[in-house]
Amino acid sequence: MRHLLTIEGMSRADLEDILDLADEFVEVLERPIPKVPTLRGATVATLFFEPSTRTRLSFERAAKALSADVLTFSPGTSSVTKGESLKDTALTLRAMGADLMVVRHSATGAAHRVAQWVDVPVINAGDGAHQHPTQAILDALTLRRHFGKLDGLHVGIVGDIRHSRVARSGLQAFSTLGARVTLIAPPTLLPRDLAGWPVDVANDFDDVLPQLDVVYLLRIQQERGGTTGFTSLPEYVRRFGLDDSRFARLRPEAVVMHPGPMNRGVEISPQVADSPRTLILDQVRNGVAARMAVLFRLLASPGAER
Amino acid sequence: MIVIRGGSVLTPDGIVTADVVVEDDRVVSVEASPISHPPSPPTTQIDATGCWVGPGLVDLHAHLREPGQEWKEDIASGSRAAAAGGFTAVVAMPNTLPAIDEGHRARFVAERGQKVGLCDVVPAGALTLGREGRQLARLDELMDAGVRLFTDDGDTLVDAGLLRRAMEYLAGRDCVIAQHAEDPGLAGDGHMHEGSVSSRLGMRGLPALAEETIVARDLALVELTGATYHVQHVSTAGTVELVRRAKKAGLSVTAEVTPHHLVFDHQEVESMDPNFKMYPPLRTPDDVAELRRALLDGTIDAVATDHAPHADHEQEVPFEEAPRGVIGLETAAAAVITATGIDQQRFFERMSIIPAQIARLDGHGLPVAPGSPANLVVIDPSAVWTPERFHSRSQNSPFSGRKLTGRVRATLLRGRLTHEEVA
Repeated sequence: MRHLLTIEGMSRADLEDILDLADEFVEVLERPIPKVPTLRGATVATLFFEPSTRTRLSFERAAKALSADVLTFSPGTSSVTKGESLKDTALTLRAMGADLMVVRHSATGAAHRVAQWVDVPVINAGDGAHQHPTQAILDALTLRRHFGKLDGLHVGIVGDIRHSRVARSGLQAFSTLGARVTLIAPPTLLPRDLAGWPVDVANDFDDVLPQLDVVYLLRIQQERGGTTGFTSLPEYVRRFGLDDSRFARLRPEAVVMHPGPMNRGVEISPQVADSPRTLILDQVRNGVAARMAVLFRLLASPGAER
Repeated sequence: MIVIRGGSVLTPDGIVTADVVVEDDRVVSVEASPISHPPSPPTTQIDATGCWVGPGLVDLHAHLREPGQEWKEDIASGSRAAAAGGFTAVVAMPNTLPAIDEGHRARFVAERGQKVGLCDVVPAGALTLGREGRQLARLDELMDAGVRLFTDDGDTLVDAGLLRRAMEYLAGRDCVIAQHAEDPGLAGDGHMHEGSVSSRLGMRGLPALAEETIVARDLALVELTGATYHVQHVSTAGTVELVRRAKKAGLSVTAEVTPHHLVFDHQEVESMDPNFKMYPPLRTPDDVAELRRALLDGTIDAVATDHAPHADHEQEVPFEEAPRGVIGLETAAAAVITATGIDQQRFFERMSIIPAQIARLDGHGLPVAPGSPANLVVIDPSAVWTPERFHSRSQNSPFSGRKLTGRVRATLLRGRLTHEEVA
């Protein structure tokens, strides 16, 4: 593996290999001193062109737990506001000694472009509404650790699928690992053409609710136009919010996931958000281990660049 | 004196193998070879064995960027690219800075072209002042300056009332209104064709209907006003069908297609390479097949490059942030031959004769005959090559590194060699 840009095309074996590695890092993070020297001397650069707190912190935590140094770039305090091109920014960070770049951008393919320009591994930390592969890996890890395996699980991804990179990468990982995926959204929040996607589609949440093992809730992507998919927020809450009465109708062993940040009272009620049957904080915890696994694969495995 | 030897020559009487003799700015003889010419006075010989010889190509649609964006292209570099692509006349789009919306601005462009002298640069005029779609440009001044083709290209003239007035104004005055058809509401903030690939990439799509609804509406206005109307860069099978029906109904309608829409489909966008970003966007394989058919059967009248240069640094961004358009002058002939396998007769009809008629150009697009102006091109239709670098100031070509068949060997403008590529 040279870069991690997309889940599309990854085999079950590829994914399981990373999940196995991530399991080991979960164990490392539970030690009294949760740190290993594996990447000492390596420099991981995070290039976040789009606001993000948790993903960036998670990557930085992962890099530091592997003893790598971290270079942080954010456009608010950078030359991007002065008109510097993406390529120049990437080449500048490379020249400063970045051994790996983590790229988050509001445009599809930004990380792919950076990977064409630099000679170091690139991790896509979210590109527009396209892909967010480490989110998919941490979600798969969370499900595997909770249920033992994904085979046969029925995962319902609910909400603004059209504008969601989490949905696009997640559904590919879940279905590759044997889960059945149903996209639950009004037609206005679904991608225009789903031909060939390994999913079922439901426009009515209540129809499929009792069959789900996993309810994966998405945030409305206001910044990408998600609010144009319905006529009012109360309408969305009524039809697609996981409120207390819907929560009560879930199978007893079903769990709730959310990539964060949550909008309490919109896609998830406050009571559900705080319920022990949500795996939301497990996702955050596992995110660090999953990103350690990816960093390790790209920088320290046999055949890796360093 | 220039002698073009042994080529397959497009003459008023059909295609013949002949030597074409050029003196000063005219063709003086077209004679079945071999012939013996006295080797004096100094003679340039062009070996055209196996090549097509015909009227210089005419492009209805190029962005030469001067005035205002000379870092992308100027009339000199654009003219060099045109000559290298076999063109002897290029219609320059008016979306410069400032727009070509007054007579003196059109004169500036034409005069710059004459000064460079590598191809005739024919200014198109804006339909509306500043291309803002709010009030008509100085159409009378522009006509006085020689403009015959009017368009707000780059943008659509959305206001149907204003378009109707432009049509009524220009109807019967030997002018053509050309439309870049893209409904802004349906197009939204689309970056590529709306379909399976845009859905997978999570990119905002630009549906085929954004083009088709504008064309359908405009054709109704053509019927009302009797104007002459030209559809720029047709990209969908639906638009082809609309044009086909309008022609059948006897409307004065023509249409063009770009080389890139004849070659590529929306799957190319998976590479995330901004050299596949253009408006209209690359469509589905079915659309591409229909465009090829329509070009061959004449529903689409002409190939036009939509040559749209952008500098490297402007392309070094994610796809969605890249500017619109790609260069095309230097690869147009090859792309058309490669995509369609077109025969010589129709090649010159679609790339020279009919475009010259649509743009109302004298001296271009004429079959090769004694006395005709020596605006000529020599093309080897079977030469295989791979474009890498371009004469254009910008290099944003989707054809870079792609193997193409068909190569321009020589271009003559009024008897002067403006480009020669030795085999």
